[in-house]
Amino acid sequence: MSYIGPIPAPPVLQASGVALRYPGAAAAVLTGLNLTVAPGEIVSVLGPSGVGKSTLLRVLAGLETPNAGRISMDGIVLDAVHPEVAIAFQNPSLLPWLTLEKNVAFGLNFKHQKRLGARERQSRVDAAIDAVGLRHARHQMPATLSGGMAQRTALARCLARDPKVLLLDEPFGALDEVTRAEMQHLLLRIVRERRPGTVLITHDIDEALMLSDRILLLGGRPAEVIGQWPISLAHPRDDLIAETGAVRTEILRSLRHAIHH
Amino acid sequence: MTGGAALTQPAAEGLPGRVALVLHIRRVGLGVAGMLLGFAVWWVLTTVLLAGSPMAAAFAPGPALRALGELLLGSDLPVHVAVSLRRVLVGLACALAIGVPLGLALGASRLVEAAASPAFQFLRMTSPLSWMPIAVMLFGVGDAPIYFLLTFAAVWPIMLNTAAGVRQLDRAWLQLGRSLAATRWETLRHIIIPGVLRHVLTGVRLSIGILWIVLVPCEMLGVSAGLGYFILDTRDRLAYSELMAMVLLVGFLGFLLDSLAQGAFWLQTREKRN
Repeated sequence: MSYIGPIPAPPVLQASGVALRYPGAAAAVLTGLNLTVAPGEIVSVLGPSGVGKSTLLRVLAGLETPNAGRISMDGIVLDAVHPEVAIAFQNPSLLPWLTLEKNVAFGLNFKHQKRLGARERQSRVDAAIDAVGLRHARHQMPATLSGGMAQRTALARCLARDPKVLLLDEPFGALDEVTRAEMQHLLLRIVRERRPGTVLITHDIDEALMLSDRILLLGGRPAEVIGQWPISLAHPRDDLIAETGAVRTEILRSLRHAIHH
Repeated sequence: MTGGAALTQPAAEGLPGRVALVLHIRRVGLGVAGMLLGFAVWWVLTTVLLAGSPMAAAFAPGPALRALGELLLGSDLPVHVAVSLRRVLVGLACALAIGVPLGLALGASRLVEAAASPAFQFLRMTSPLSWMPIAVMLFGVGDAPIYFLLTFAAVWPIMLNTAAGVRQLDRAWLQLGRSLAATRWETLRHIIIPGVLRHVLTGVRLSIGILWIVLVPCEMLGVSAGLGYFILDTRDRLAYSELMAMVLLVGFLGFLLDSLAQGAFWLQTREKRN
């Protein structure tokens, strides 16, 4: 079976030569990292735990400033948090004193976000809530939401900003199997419709195979990209996962190698 | 300092409606029975054990309640009550204005906390009343020294609870704020302040209790209105039944204030649950 990469589109997100070392730390966390993501593309990042996957995502989100290298979006250099780069964490981080709807709208009117009129803001919030299928629960408080609903809300909060880049840090890690599968399909649909360039951190090879257009393997200390596999199977892949046997084995072998070195 | 939170939890929370209602009625019923028992002890002490003493008779429940009725219908008492309540509100407002920012600073910075905590604990343990002569020397006679003393008494629970609230803020909320490029002000306004509100309310409730207790002795000094002043006034007029009536009233108003604070706390936390 041959893997043909997606038709190369100009990347929306580009990281080149990114390195990060925390002040005072003996060793760097990341070094010489290159990464491109095209609009509507899902790139998964796998790697041993503690390798720096989340750190990479935080750098891409502008939450950490790299010591070297350059991150750009549509050719504009990113050196801080950008309104069109949205990040969701494993913890949905909902504010317990706001309704679901207000949580989705949270931050849209902040000073460094794009200027929007009240009506435009509301229509974006409505669209984001509809996209994750939570219209019926919009007035509920976070404490009354299930884990899956909370994570959908967090995703909607990202979507309300109409991001060009969507960064997801193990967003489905804490969910049960069924909810997880639902969320995966939801994510695929949303990325297909809205076409953000998406980087997904996961520790689950099957999730990566299920969702990604490309899989990156992060390894070493300091971490760099040690392997890269395009996955060009059609969606939905629920029944096609078996066909990924060869590449799955290869990724697993590389992952095991990365863990032991 | 969060003991107040546990006290305000409705005992029957989470139970089905009927069971909760029965438990609630039983609680209220027991409370009323306890109050009546208190009145009975009062009556036995003043009317039965000290029967024949005209002095004791003046302190008995009957005359006290009668005097309370007359006082409430008269024109003097409402003025004194209003003056006292205003002082409590001003004291509380000042304590909030000082205590919340101090608490935020204390909770946000380990350095500030380490530097300031011993001094604050020391000041907290000095009775506000012991500052009274100094307050009068500084602020003269009138409302100003009372405001000072009330603020001094009420600021600690608010400050310490706010600081505890800041330390218990969910790191994920702050990270969310950063990922949305929140400015310092936006972080404070939209994440930190709502995040510590519950703790501030716990502090307010404790403060109200302290304010009310400190208020009466404060008003016994150099002022010509207020509940404390009025109690001394009844003593000077040898109107002991009125004196007991005032003790009852002070207790009742304090009870009411605490219930209000508790209600506010309950409303605030209920919003989060539903």
